Amino acid sequence: MPKDHGIGASSKRREDVRFLTGQGRYTDDINLQGQAYVHFLRSDVAHGMLKSVDTSAAAAMPGVVRIFTGADFEGVGGVPCGWQVTDKHGEPMQEPAHPVLAQGKVRYVGDAIAAVVAETKEQARNAAEAIELDIEELPAVVDMKAAVQEGATKVHDDLTSNLCYDWGFVEENKPAVDAAFEAATHVTTLELVNNRLSPNPMEPRVAVGDYNPGTDDSTLYTTSQNPHVIRLLMGAFVLGIPEHKLRVVAPDVGGGFGSKIFHYVEEAFCTFAAKACRRPVKWTSSRSEAFVTDAHGRDHVTKIELALDADNNFTGIRTDTYANMGAYLSTFAPSVPTWLHGTLMAGNYKTPNIYVNVKAVFTNTVPVDAYRGAGRPEATFQLERVIDKAARELGVDPIELRRQNFITEFPYATPVAVEYDTGDYEGTMTKLLEMIDRDGFEARREESARNGKLRGLGVNCYIEACGIAPSALVGQLGARAGLYESATVRVNATGGLVVMTGSHSHGQGHETSFAQVVADMIGIPEDQVEIVHGDTANTPMGMGTYGSRSIAVGGSAMVRATEKIIAKAKKIAAHLMEAAEGDVELKDGAFSVAGTDKSVAWGDVTLAAYVPHNYPLEEIEPGLEETAFYDPNNFTYPAGAYACEVEVDPDTGKVDICSFAAADDFGNVINPMIVEGQVHGGLAQGIGQALLENVSYDENGQLLSASYMDYTMPRADDVPNFQVDHSSQTPCTHNPLGVKGCGEAGAIGSPPSVVNAVVDALQRAGHTNVTHIDMPLTPTRVWAAMQG
Amino acid sequence: MTQVTMTVNGKSVSGDVEGRTLLSDFLRDGLRMTGTHVGCDTSQCGACVVHVNGEAVKSCTALALDLEGADVRTIEGMANADGSLGTIQQAFQDYHGLQCGFCTPGMVMSAAALLKDNPTPTEQEVREYLEGNICRCTGYHNIVKAIMAASGQDVAAVAAE
Ligand code: FES
Ligand code: FES
Repeated sequence: MPKDHGIGASSKRREDVRFLTGQGRYTDDINLQGQAYVHFLRSDVAHGMLKSVDTSAAAAMPGVVRIFTGADFEGVGGVPCGWQVTDKHGEPMQEPAHPVLAQGKVRYVGDAIAAVVAETKEQARNAAEAIELDIEELPAVVDMKAAVQEGATKVHDDLTSNLCYDWGFVEENKPAVDAAFEAATHVTTLELVNNRLSPNPMEPRVAVGDYNPGTDDSTLYTTSQNPHVIRLLMGAFVLGIPEHKLRVVAPDVGGGFGSKIFHYVEEAFCTFAAKACRRPVKWTSSRSEAFVTDAHGRDHVTKIELALDADNNFTGIRTDTYANMGAYLSTFAPSVPTWLHGTLMAGNYKTPNIYVNVKAVFTNTVPVDAYRGAGRPEATFQLERVIDKAARELGVDPIELRRQNFITEFPYATPVAVEYDTGDYEGTMTKLLEMIDRDGFEARREESARNGKLRGLGVNCYIEACGIAPSALVGQLGARAGLYESATVRVNATGGLVVMTGSHSHGQGHETSFAQVVADMIGIPEDQVEIVHGDTANTPMGMGTYGSRSIAVGGSAMVRATEKIIAKAKKIAAHLMEAAEGDVELKDGAFSVAGTDKSVAWGDVTLAAYVPHNYPLEEIEPGLEETAFYDPNNFTYPAGAYACEVEVDPDTGKVDICSFAAADDFGNVINPMIVEGQVHGGLAQGIGQALLENVSYDENGQLLSASYMDYTMPRADDVPNFQVDHSSQTPCTHNPLGVKGCGEAGAIGSPPSVVNAVVDALQRAGHTNVTHIDMPLTPTRVWAAMQG
Repeated sequence: MTQVTMTVNGKSVSGDVEGRTLLSDFLRDGLRMTGTHVGCDTSQCGACVVHVNGEAVKSCTALALDLEGADVRTIEGMANADGSLGTIQQAFQDYHGLQCGFCTPGMVMSAAALLKDNPTPTEQEVREYLEGNICRCTGYHNIVKAIMAASGQDVAAVAAE
């Protein structure tokens, strides 16, 4: 029987009621008394010298409060980067300054040059149009490989080149890896592009700055996945506001997918301008603006080689990747192609020798940073594609080739610096095969052929490192922040609880699933537990939500805090029942003494904590409120096996997804309904990457995909019903809930199966020269491959 | 500025608008009814869908000034009279048809318009009808399921997990 409450139950989401009735409170729904509006004047050239910005005519326009340019931010800090990568020679990466408003140069289409604060949005926009710019256009640096050629135009004149870093991982292993290739019986090589994407949460970014001159306090309302991180970065590095004078609020947030992790210049601007103008300042991004300012994702160009011995065992992997950073380093950009990508190159397989090289490159494009999966989709895609290609070259079954090389013993230390604590790759593969009726494929293929369609089946595995992350480890790897999580559990006198968490929910349903955990631990109804998040004023310092970390890290902090609550409550209960503390049990919201009929209700104990008339005051303090910070000692490693069946129209190249099945191992699951929803959403984004989505620049650095007319978002009839399963569960061995995280899996695991399926369809139809097609697999690209 | 008067969720409302004021802006900024969302500037996303005289309309494409006397219904007017969730809203909660909730007002309003014209749509009809509504969170699976369930169909058979 499925559970109807607590851990493991598909409790309906309490947050839905406000979202379904129009009562959500998103940042753009916040309007402060006397607020002014800001409009940013942005560069329409990709690269140029900013010779002059003349605001005199604009300043005289109706409604203008003040106009800001780069000059107003001299002496103010730049937007910092939160991760420093050390290159293969032991040198730090090149790190350019990132001013709030452009100084001296513009470096991408969308770079903010000036900002007009005015009484209305229209007045701000009109005045921005009246600013006179003199920009001397420079050649744009767009192609990554050209960018690192000798003599290439530099994006940042004060850096030695456009190379941010040249990273070798693990550099000392390179000779052994090269030797493995020398000794190989077979080597499969694949060159591919991991296409650049725009995350596109449906809620555009918004920032509202507010300043109280009476107290010198600043407040920023912003669309963020991690308000404490924004407070730290903006306060300490940009504006010089101590944390106790700065409050950051991220209320209901309409999706993030990574793009709302980062500290953006507009946030710093609105906070700064509110103080300068002595009134609230609001910015609401348009979707067009989002395309040129929200950090993009992916954009890797990779060559991968796989070495095999005579028995088809994997003996070596060698990769060479160019990773686009864009024009500036976004908050976590340097970590994505390195520590979130190189460390996953072992995948689900016991390959003894692995070497990863990554060259990160500056170009005159929007900064690139983490997008759902971040580095792990790039690792998975290249690995699972090259394995498929190897199977074809060797004439073996692609599933059997994978199975033969699966890691089967845990813990398993990979040659790329991580240790998988637990997993069962055979288990998820077996489950997947039950789901997809592989034996019936041939009949389905014949049926498709009768309808003039080419059918193909693609399968792949994935593993990800999430639950990010042990602070000590990421510190060694270059993180400039810790990655623990926090929770304060406040029990009220009448027994209800408020949990203040450092995690942030922007669609994940924490208000429901977190409450399930605490209610289950104490044995009270879920509606007695309230979850509070998103406001630095009333939550403990936390690192926020990304990297599928909320339940694994934030949930663990909450469990630890609740354990402290229960331990103290037991002491109080023991006193009330005149029993030994060790004999007290908590079950179904009541304390009892083993072997007796003594019992006190949860509410009696909580009341005693706040009305301590009969209370062991010499032993414990009154009150019932505890905080815990949890820092994991390892990542978690969700894994799974995915399969996709496609039909390709041979006349047009159009690909239709007929079915998609996902067998995941997320360890223990708190709310199956929410977990399945997370997988569905990830799958649609992965299918979007594989078939539809692409950020495209022309050679002058003009963004060609700058609206929903050119950037193809997956719509309801682009995706199928999904078959998802999470019954293979190997609980995480190092967090108290045994959970692994599920937010990114779908987006990580799905692109290779789509591409594998299309290549399979074409191969079966006799297009044996088609071994790869770069994403997105648009009709034009697939058709061209068939002509080929 | 010109005054415009219309009915929104059964109540008569008036406000001063400019010729270019969009219905979405009139609702959000003028009436401070922020349930209707704006997700794009090219009339592609559907977050802003409301009903005007019973028809689904993208409120970012309608000028407030043209709607003198119109009958407008928004997400704020979709609950039952006693405040409980309406059938479609309840199905979205029951089948987890929303995550971040940003596309949700438009989805619910589109779903209501679909079911008015086509009370028992097939899965394919639902998917095609939602062509103008983008959701980035759910992968549509549970939205489709919720709409079919709201139409009284057995979704266990149509949209297996
Ligand atoms: S806001 Fe109206 S369609 Fe996007
Ligand atoms: S629920 Fe987030 S966009 Fe649909």
